[in-house]
Amino acid sequence: MRLLKLVPDNTNIDFLRWRKFASFMSFFLVAVSIALVAVKGLNFGVDFVGGQSVRVEFTQEMPPIDEIREKVGQIGLGEATIQQFGSDKAVSIRTALPEGDKTVAERAGQQLVAGIQKAFPTAKTGSVETVSGKVSEELIRTGALSLGLAIIGISIYIWIRFEWQFGVGALGRLFHEVSLTFGLFAVTQMQFDLNSVAALLTIVGYSLNDTIVVYDRIRENLKKYRKMEIIPLLNLSINETLSRTVMTTVAMVLALGMLLIFGPDVIFGFTAAMLFGVFIGGYSSVLMSTPVLVWLKVGPGSFVPRTSAGIEGGERIERKDDGAVV
Amino acid sequence: MLDFPRWKTIGISIILLLGILFSIPSFVPEKTFNSLPSIAQTKVNLGLDLAGGSHLLLEADIADLRKTQLANMEKTVRAAMRGERGPDDDIAIGELRVASNQISFLVRDQAQLDDARDRLFNETQGAGLTGQRDWSINIVDTTRIVLTPTSAGQTQAIAHAMDTARDIIDRRVNALGTREPTIIRQGNDRIVVQVPGLQDPAALKELIGKTARLEFRMVDANADPNEAAAGRVPVGSEIVPYAEGEGNGAAFEVLRRQVMISGEQLIDAKQSYDPQSNQPVVSIRFDSGGSNTFAKVTAQSVGKRFAMVLDGKVLSAPSINEPILGGSAQISGSFSVASANALAISLRSGALPVKMAVVEERTVTPELGADSIRKGAIAGIIATVSVLTLMLVVYGRFGVYACIGLVFNVFLIIAIMAAFNATLTLPGIAGFVLTIGAAVDANVLINERIREELARGRKVFQAVELGYSEASRAIFDANVTNVIAASLMFWFGSGPIKGFAVVLTIGIVTSVFTAVTVTRMFVAHWLRTKRPTSINI
Repeated sequence: MRLLKLVPDNTNIDFLRWRKFASFMSFFLVAVSIALVAVKGLNFGVDFVGGQSVRVEFTQEMPPIDEIREKVGQIGLGEATIQQFGSDKAVSIRTALPEGDKTVAERAGQQLVAGIQKAFPTAKTGSVETVSGKVSEELIRTGALSLGLAIIGISIYIWIRFEWQFGVGALGRLFHEVSLTFGLFAVTQMQFDLNSVAALLTIVGYSLNDTIVVYDRIRENLKKYRKMEIIPLLNLSINETLSRTVMTTVAMVLALGMLLIFGPDVIFGFTAAMLFGVFIGGYSSVLMSTPVLVWLKVGPGSFVPRTSAGIEGGERIERKDDGAVV
Repeated sequence: MLDFPRWKTIGISIILLLGILFSIPSFVPEKTFNSLPSIAQTKVNLGLDLAGGSHLLLEADIADLRKTQLANMEKTVRAAMRGERGPDDDIAIGELRVASNQISFLVRDQAQLDDARDRLFNETQGAGLTGQRDWSINIVDTTRIVLTPTSAGQTQAIAHAMDTARDIIDRRVNALGTREPTIIRQGNDRIVVQVPGLQDPAALKELIGKTARLEFRMVDANADPNEAAAGRVPVGSEIVPYAEGEGNGAAFEVLRRQVMISGEQLIDAKQSYDPQSNQPVVSIRFDSGGSNTFAKVTAQSVGKRFAMVLDGKVLSAPSINEPILGGSAQISGSFSVASANALAISLRSGALPVKMAVVEERTVTPELGADSIRKGAIAGIIATVSVLTLMLVVYGRFGVYACIGLVFNVFLIIAIMAAFNATLTLPGIAGFVLTIGAAVDANVLINERIREELARGRKVFQAVELGYSEASRAIFDANVTNVIAASLMFWFGSGPIKGFAVVLTIGIVTSVFTAVTVTRMFVAHWLRTKRPTSINI
């Protein structure tokens, strides 16, 4: 049986030629994402702003959103945010919690469910979430804390295992990935809740997998081909790992795509964000995570044990044309 | 590569076998599960977002607790100054003031000041490890005693109240007859209540949110209704509002401050019906002390009215037609069967030492949960099959080994989760998918490396050997970073993030094992028996 090769053998693309363009693109996209978050803001779920959210499923024809909005408005809990779930006949209805006494908030939940059931007798209320303002503040804090610490912790690990330039590169890449994902949430106005933070953390973890695979190969090649110029060496490393990058990306896209299409709508946003992260991760591995190493002057000396006499010479191995190491 | 010692093969086989054995109980139907021997009754719990149920986060009203603490101390002060040996033993005090964080009073006779302080000192208790007391007693202006709760005392009071509250809530939720509720303290002032498969969260909140402080107090017959409406009541009385929907038009009653009998003297409470009106009521029984008091008071007060007060609201205020002997009574009000039952449970389980409010609620109906599981399972299977097919098409025989590894990975994750009694939530399923991705990535790295080494002209054995050893470095680094991320998520994240992190951590460990060690075992076995000179990868 002939096996499928997603990337032909001896692929040799000069990725670093586009490094200026790629860096510009990345800076541009990060700037756009930050601007989007600043201007449009994120559509925070009750986890982060407090309030209550009820999931309503219509067993028959779903009434127009405006009608739902109007009827929910009549319940007297203020303006409701109504959002459709995937392609289903389900919506999430979100309202603020009344100020004041805690028991008022408790009653408001029952009031909302009862009001919806009265307005739409055929609708089923699936799940109710109520989060008070104080708890939501804590959730924001713990969410941001776990994200920030994960990024810092990972960068430190890479700095220790590789060299500081790689740590900086990884940090830059993580910032890139996280900003762009925030940009995605701002532009689509998908609900941003605790699950989204988990998705972000997953993107961070996944993109690190990619970074490490490429960086590991660079480290290996730096030790192996000490006389090689840095740019061809980076190109070589990316090309050597390209088939792996493509294969893993395809596998992840397959898995997440299936989850997106067939999975429960509750994790739709979660999966969509991860899928987006996988695409950005692929782009970053190939085009974005290496230019930093050029600027920070990673060179053949980076992984050579330093002696008092300077960089240790050792035996230099020339790369032969067939790529085999003698 | 060929060198794969027998003991390793045996060890790995045992682990894989255990993985399958421990994951089986999670797949069998409930009936079969219950008939299994108890050692095998370990399975993955489904989170409330999957199985349906309610998650409530309750927060104690610490300010209210402090108030109660001060009020109790005020009583203690009065009692202590009254003395044990009759009127001669009394210490006259005055200007007793209770502020938000202290109690102060004047000792009229300065000679008794030290005695007063000693009596109070005997009422305080050690708190914390430093020998500190729970209250500090200071003498100011030579005649005034000031009592302030110490921080250790407050911490201790909160901890004590929270433990008691936890037990009481536990009794109440268990009285609902629900299956396997989880009630745990969280942090300083919170309690998490998780009840799987619950249909009516409102009833649950009603039940556990109630403080259930029950008091019987006399209605002050001397109070002038008009004066009372303007907020003026006789000394020793106060205005107490009716509970919502009670009182037949009246908004409040003027009640004597003195409590005739309180809920602490109850020995039983149950829902029943009023023989005359057939309305649901709560029947209660007092202990012997309570029965005596109740008989005495009611005998003296025939024709007068008394009020039943729950959590500071009047439920009803009937007339006493005849002395109530025998220590049982009925609490009437506009109850439904359910609300009467809830009140009975609350009264039976005792009053909460502190007011609790629901600050977070997440309820998923069982149907929605079942739907999510079904869809999640289908999507998971489709996703897995697609990825397995891809691996087969791209790597042939090595893809088959990778697939075997992946399937074992699934078993192992489930087995470990079952062994630790961990809970699988929706984000957990996503974490599951991610670790499958990581396992795939590990095999891709290895197989691509083997391809590369073959392309460089290596012999089969050497290429496979190098493929595994060279790829392992990147696999190790990549997975350590993910473990770092997952553990930070677990420590600092909350709720769904934690659930995700648990599965991710377990999955990373198992996926490295199956993707590297297990596939290696199969590959080594094949190479050793067949000794191929070329491989198709």
